[in-house]
Amino acid sequence: MVKEENELVNRPDNTAFTQQRLPAWQPMLSAGIIIPGFVLIGLAFIGIGVALLITSRSIQVLELDYTGEDQDSPCFRCSDPAVRNCTCTLQFSNDRLIEGPVFFYYGLSNYFQNYRRYGVSRDDGQLYGDLSYFKEPYDQCEPYRFGGGNNQPIVPCGSIANSMFNDTFRLFQNINGQRREVPLDGKGIAWWTDYNIKFRNPTVTPLRDAFNGTVKPPFWPRPAYELDTSDPANNGFINQDFLVWMRTAALPDFRKLYRRITEGDYANGLPAGNYSLDISYNYPVMSFSGRKRVVFSNVSWMGGKNEFLGIAYLVIGTLCIVMSVVMLIVYAKFKFPEEE
Amino acid sequence: MKRNCFREETETPNQGGEKNDHLAFRELFFPAVPEKSCGVSSPPLPKKKSSSAMASREEASKVKLGPRKKKKSKKEGKTRCVHANILGEEDNDNPNRHYADNKIKTTKYTVLSFLPKNLFEQFHRFANVYFVFIALLNFVPVVNAFQPELALAPVVFILSVTAIKDLWEDYRRHRSDTEINHMDCLVYSRTERRYVEKFWKEVHVGDFIRLRCNEILPADVLLLSSSDPDRLCHIETATLDGETNLKQRQVVRSFYDLVCDFDPSKYDSVIECEKPNNDLNRFRGYIIHRSGRRDALYKDNLLLRGCTIRNTEEAVGIVIYAGQWRPLATTGPTRPSLRRCVSAGHETKAMLNNNGPRYKRSKLERQMNVDVFWCVIILLVMCSFVAVGHGVWLFQYGDKRAIFDVLSPEGTDLSPVLSAIYLFLTMIIVLQVLIPISLFVSIEIVKICQVYFIHQDAELYDEESDSHLQCRALNITEDLGQMQYIFSDKTGTLTDNKMVFRRCTVAGVEYSHDANARRLAMYQEMDSEEEECPSRGGTLPRRDSVGSHHSVKVVLRSHSTKSHRRTGSRAEAKRASILSKHTAFSSPMEKDITPDPQLMDKVNECASQMDFMRFHSQPMSQLPSDLGDIMDFFIALTLCNTVVVSSPDQPRHTVRMRFELKSPVKTFEDFIKRFTPSRLTSGSNSSSSSSLATNRSSNKGCSSLLSSPSAESTLTKLDEEAAAAVATAFSTSSPTHDGQLKNAEGADLRYEAESPDEAALVYAARAYKCSLVGRLPDQTTVDLPHLGKLNFELLHTLGFDSTRKRMSVVVKHPLTEQITVYTKGADSVIMDLIKSPNAGNSRGKRQKKIIYRTQNYLNQYAADGLRTLCIAKKVLSKEEYACWLQRHLEAETAIQGREELLFESALRLETNLQLLGATGIEDRLQDGVPETIDALRKAGLQIWVLTGDKQETAVNIAYACKLLDPEEEILTLNADSMEACSLLLEESLHYIQAKFLCGSPKAFQGDLAHFHIYPHPPPSNWSSSSHAAVHRLGLVIDGRTLAYALDRSLEDKFLAVARSCRSVLCCRSTPLQKSMVVKLVRNKLKVMTLAIGDGANDVSMIQVADVGVGISGQEGMQAVMASDFALPRFRYLQKLLLVHGHWCYSRLANMILYFFYKNAMFVALIFWYQFYCGFSGSAMIDQWYLIFFNLMFSAFPQLVTGTLDKDVSAETLQKLPQLYINGQNSEEYKPYMFWMNMIDAFYQSLICFFIPYFAYADSDVDLFTWGTPVTTIAVFTILLHLGVETKTWTWMNWLSICFSVVLFFTVALCYNASCPTCYSPSNPYWTMQRLLQDPSFYLLCLITPAVALLPRYFYRACQGTIFPSPVQVGRQLDRLTAKDSRRNISNLSGIQTAARPDPETNSKDPRRPREETERPDASLSVRIDLPPDRGVKYTKNSQEMLSIG
Repeated sequence: MVKEENELVNRPDNTAFTQQRLPAWQPMLSAGIIIPGFVLIGLAFIGIGVALLITSRSIQVLELDYTGEDQDSPCFRCSDPAVRNCTCTLQFSNDRLIEGPVFFYYGLSNYFQNYRRYGVSRDDGQLYGDLSYFKEPYDQCEPYRFGGGNNQPIVPCGSIANSMFNDTFRLFQNINGQRREVPLDGKGIAWWTDYNIKFRNPTVTPLRDAFNGTVKPPFWPRPAYELDTSDPANNGFINQDFLVWMRTAALPDFRKLYRRITEGDYANGLPAGNYSLDISYNYPVMSFSGRKRVVFSNVSWMGGKNEFLGIAYLVIGTLCIVMSVVMLIVYAKFKFPEEE
Repeated sequence: MKRNCFREETETPNQGGEKNDHLAFRELFFPAVPEKSCGVSSPPLPKKKSSSAMASREEASKVKLGPRKKKKSKKEGKTRCVHANILGEEDNDNPNRHYADNKIKTTKYTVLSFLPKNLFEQFHRFANVYFVFIALLNFVPVVNAFQPELALAPVVFILSVTAIKDLWEDYRRHRSDTEINHMDCLVYSRTERRYVEKFWKEVHVGDFIRLRCNEILPADVLLLSSSDPDRLCHIETATLDGETNLKQRQVVRSFYDLVCDFDPSKYDSVIECEKPNNDLNRFRGYIIHRSGRRDALYKDNLLLRGCTIRNTEEAVGIVIYAGQWRPLATTGPTRPSLRRCVSAGHETKAMLNNNGPRYKRSKLERQMNVDVFWCVIILLVMCSFVAVGHGVWLFQYGDKRAIFDVLSPEGTDLSPVLSAIYLFLTMIIVLQVLIPISLFVSIEIVKICQVYFIHQDAELYDEESDSHLQCRALNITEDLGQMQYIFSDKTGTLTDNKMVFRRCTVAGVEYSHDANARRLAMYQEMDSEEEECPSRGGTLPRRDSVGSHHSVKVVLRSHSTKSHRRTGSRAEAKRASILSKHTAFSSPMEKDITPDPQLMDKVNECASQMDFMRFHSQPMSQLPSDLGDIMDFFIALTLCNTVVVSSPDQPRHTVRMRFELKSPVKTFEDFIKRFTPSRLTSGSNSSSSSSLATNRSSNKGCSSLLSSPSAESTLTKLDEEAAAAVATAFSTSSPTHDGQLKNAEGADLRYEAESPDEAALVYAARAYKCSLVGRLPDQTTVDLPHLGKLNFELLHTLGFDSTRKRMSVVVKHPLTEQITVYTKGADSVIMDLIKSPNAGNSRGKRQKKIIYRTQNYLNQYAADGLRTLCIAKKVLSKEEYACWLQRHLEAETAIQGREELLFESALRLETNLQLLGATGIEDRLQDGVPETIDALRKAGLQIWVLTGDKQETAVNIAYACKLLDPEEEILTLNADSMEACSLLLEESLHYIQAKFLCGSPKAFQGDLAHFHIYPHPPPSNWSSSSHAAVHRLGLVIDGRTLAYALDRSLEDKFLAVARSCRSVLCCRSTPLQKSMVVKLVRNKLKVMTLAIGDGANDVSMIQVADVGVGISGQEGMQAVMASDFALPRFRYLQKLLLVHGHWCYSRLANMILYFFYKNAMFVALIFWYQFYCGFSGSAMIDQWYLIFFNLMFSAFPQLVTGTLDKDVSAETLQKLPQLYINGQNSEEYKPYMFWMNMIDAFYQSLICFFIPYFAYADSDVDLFTWGTPVTTIAVFTILLHLGVETKTWTWMNWLSICFSVVLFFTVALCYNASCPTCYSPSNPYWTMQRLLQDPSFYLLCLITPAVALLPRYFYRACQGTIFPSPVQVGRQLDRLTAKDSRRNISNLSGIQTAARPDPETNSKDPRRPREETERPDASLSVRIDLPPDRGVKYTKNSQEMLSIG
């Protein structure tokens, strides 16, 4: 008898877990829960959808194509790749005030920045200002890794940097025949983390010394330390336009922030009136039948103008309600379960 | 030397009764002799003994030691020489030094070999190779997609998880090895001249070991001395073969006669023996003494490692083989390939169980592999599509190279075709997730958890035996949910294999033992009261048989039927189990047999007459022959067995009845007797049956001189003794015996037998005061009424074997001095061996009558479901005996073909027997068998019973356990020839067609049609072809007919008949036939088969079936070893299949489907993206998310759901066995479901891709700021999808889902904040952080999963409410309160019962004798009229029987 406890050593533990009797919630997909549930979800979605749609409708967008494909286009002349240092002027008018702050984007279509070999063709080590990568760029940068006559390392290396967008714009408002330049704010158009953390210039002064023994990307007119001649602080890897370009777009039709219009008389937005945009047309897009455009837009709490989300919410909300009605009908027709 | 062979016989496993086939196998399974390389060909011997040693080696090499199992190099020689380690050789000179030491090592790896060896093993898995290949592909610059090091991560992770698991297992093995190596034992130390404690691992060959009671043997030891006065040592081999009975081992004969303690320092012999081999059953060798004399050693002298010493206070032996056991062959005739590794020591039973997990592939896994293959196809199609797209995309640019098109590293332009080819490889890497790397690991984890839960189920735990279900195959749990056919053994599986003596017939007179029947019934009643068994009266009345005692039998039958239901009350059983943990066969029910008063009277009368005659010195032959038969009958019951006697107060201690110790000298007569030289008196030399005794007495002393026994001396001795006995036989001491003392002793004795029916018979004999009180190898002591204790000299025991189906003992009767052979065996064989009575004289007439009557009773017993045994005897004249003995000894000493010769010798002896009587032993049904069978049948399982028993016995048991239904018609097939069999089968087919196909079609649909929750009643075509309807028919076929039916030409017909019968019963089938039947059904019908059995004869069947289940009962371990699952009781099968099987199947099926969905959905996102990135293989999902998605973000919830989800509660599943059909039809995972899931996956991925696409279209979003929301949405959708599919939400489900979400965001945030430049090329620095500040991110995360899951949710909702599947109805039942649910279920069953008149409801009084319900179905008898010229004859019994003569 003494051994009795030991005798049953193999007895399983009688716990809820081992006996698989954990308390559990069993969601029962019955009509009584589902139909009201669907109605509620539907109503909520419709509400969100309406709000989104209203917000989106309030955003004003002005979009101008300047590819110059058409003969009539002022930039037709420039679209020929043979023409160098071409400038064209785009005239447009604005019916009503675009409320500020207005964002000035350039847009490219059919441009595959997400192309795999293009997207990896960069050296984040270099861009972080690490001088060791200046001498030996990341091998994914091929074929823009070494260049120049002496096969010197390219800084910044890789396709992305090499293909940097280099059209420049100046915006004028035509007031009574007079061209009044709209001040464009080029600061803070890139991500704060890019500007401050991810991209860094080498801690060498002057900056150009850091680039000794390297060559500029082949497509670039000037080396990286001379990207912005007007503002010495906006050079090297922390050049705002460079930063924006290096953040590769997700989809082949994209736009990138060029400037913001936040200063002076235009802090409240672009007033109605006639404008002219001087474009220094450098970037070739005709080879891949791409399009170039500029976009003036203001933003809301949910970003740029996009009606899709609002419509989607509305549609799904409606669908939920329709489904609940359908289920109610089917349900009434077939049977009511034994729950009552 | 020859004499010793006598003795060896006493050890052969004997078995009486019909449980025949089991034994043939059992004998083959014995502990292995350790096998070690024996590096020494000629061990240097001390000079003084060199001559003898040389001689011995020569001798030994001459002696053929039988065929070797192991191939050995010539160098090693054929034998091993063992010297004592105390002879004084220096350590480096020790002749034993080359033998392995006793340290065991079962680990697979060493520190150094772990990594390479483990990796090598893991790469045997194709999947691992594939994933490594993908990872390596990443290192090729042209095609690489991810950071190569990162791409290695998942593969390394998977490999290391497995490696850690292996390491852990190996470590546990190491720990257990160490534990065993450090066990203590007493080893003789040469320097200290005493026994000192040493670790097991320090034991060497040649050491002397002293063993005490209950110690485990550290090595294989030759027994040299025992404290036992008979120089015996009892061992228990349970750890080796699972047999709990004691076995006797004998001291080496040269040391037999030592009176004083064995002194190792005086030992100077050399042992020459076989090399270690794996034959547990054999050991041959010689011991060579200093004098140059040799003595043979047998397996009886060897104590095997791992056995436990029992009942022996002390034993000393020398280590012969040390160390570890290597593969041990448990070869059975049907399964020569069954090999297992036995590691010594460890609780070997457990080790044995753990050692052979069998790898089967489940049906679900096979199906899954097909779909994995489809996944590969889908992957290749996707990759090709993208590759072609890329080529076309590149081609459209022509020579005008786009500015974003990157040249090859060499600066040259890649042709579109080459690019496409490279891209194809890249895409395989990018889309590799489609072939789920973690699927295999996850399935394994889930299965381990499932196995854990099955193990843990308290309802599958048997308190009596303290054992629970064992899953030995870890990877076919889900097959349990898909079974269609069950093949069951009968004895020990459906029945208890606890034999209870029920009735007997002696000399043609039947003693029905009514009181005994009532007693058995009482156990039943006690039980039902205790358990409040609701279906108390629900047992079916059983079939009647031809019988005479109608009135009596009615009562009896109801009792016996009832008694089938339970073994005994739980309390009683528990008490019994506590009292006798190790004694398998001694519950009070089996022990306390109420004697039949009539028979008791006769026994008393007989005894008193004998007493009287002895007192008056009349020859015993004058006893009336019927009384003499009764006496002989009981003596035979007592003697003709291998039962070991033990007393309970000293568990496991054999009772010794040495009269010189027990009975005090009380009378002068007694005093004289003590000094009479005859050992037939209860004198001091009582045990010496042979010249050995004389030798012993003459050779007292510590020296070990040997006797040289021979047949001649035995005979002369016998003559002398016989002469002496005449004078003394009748003066044995009965009057002096204290009756009370005897009773007290007798009641306390316990019998342990290898086969339960042996014990039952001995207990039965004890009830008639004929009790076995002691058994020694050469003598058996029997306590007879009035006569007192008599010593029967046991001359031979011819053990049971399944070919002879009988066993015999040759004894010298102490009263008549005749040499008598008692034989016990299957009635069929014994009846043939009975001497045909000479009809001339009255004695012959009597004999004839006895035979005739006995045969009648035998039929009746069989019809009552009792196991029958016949008892016969034969008296040998001295000359006959001498003649036989001569040849027998020759056979025993023969070196070649010894077994065959002994077999023939036995056949020579067992002829011309005189029938004494027959016994009927009841093999009681296990608890809950009828209910289990009923439930399993309702679950749509076809149950076939394959048994070795007789047809009548089997049919009756089948009725008792509800396998056959009195309502059913029974087709009985008995044919003598192939043609007859063919004819029978055809006729049966016609009959079935005529009766059922044209008849009421309702009969087809069985139970299920009326189960109203099925909107479309599933036709009962779980077998492959649709026309197979199951009728209310039972098929009974016997072994001989089965042999014909299994012939290639007839098997189709047989199957056609068998599948349309509700139940099939195959009687008299051999193990091979069993496996053939299973194989036939499995292969031809393409169904899932389960075989369940408990004995060695079921092993082949268990191995052939898809799932083999062993009953870990009393038949040893073979069935369990061969099985995938081992159950303590048959009734646990119900929960195992209906609940665990269902759960495992539905969980795993759902998990696998989910896995396919999940990966397809995730991968498709990238595929859609290819349309927007120039088919360039770029991914908006960061490589980290892509790679860790499967391993981390989505891994846990599915594991939890796959382990814990319950679609229906256990209670409902058991109440509604019909739900099991769900698994049989594979309804959770049909091939189309894979494609439905794929379509759903593509739909969901489209939603998850295009909603963010449109939401961010024409914005300044960058690649990963757009890709991260897509990933997040996908993770949400996938988790919520699992939520839709999860049926029960425990806190673990909630936790795991929350954990996954939190983990994803944590990883994302950490990853996006940790390093701005480390994660080239994506470097998504601060992306997630920015997204979390963006309201549209949240808006996206809200709507997209909702849209993605809406269709599925809608479908589930409709399904759940409008057209629920049976399983869903079951689930809804779960939700109702217990009361409602009961009402509901009873409603459901009520409908069912109403639809098909249930026999239970029909018979109002369940105890109503069966005749009344029986009659109607006689009219259902099958009558097939064949032209008489074919020689077909119909006999109609109580069962319908077609027999062709």
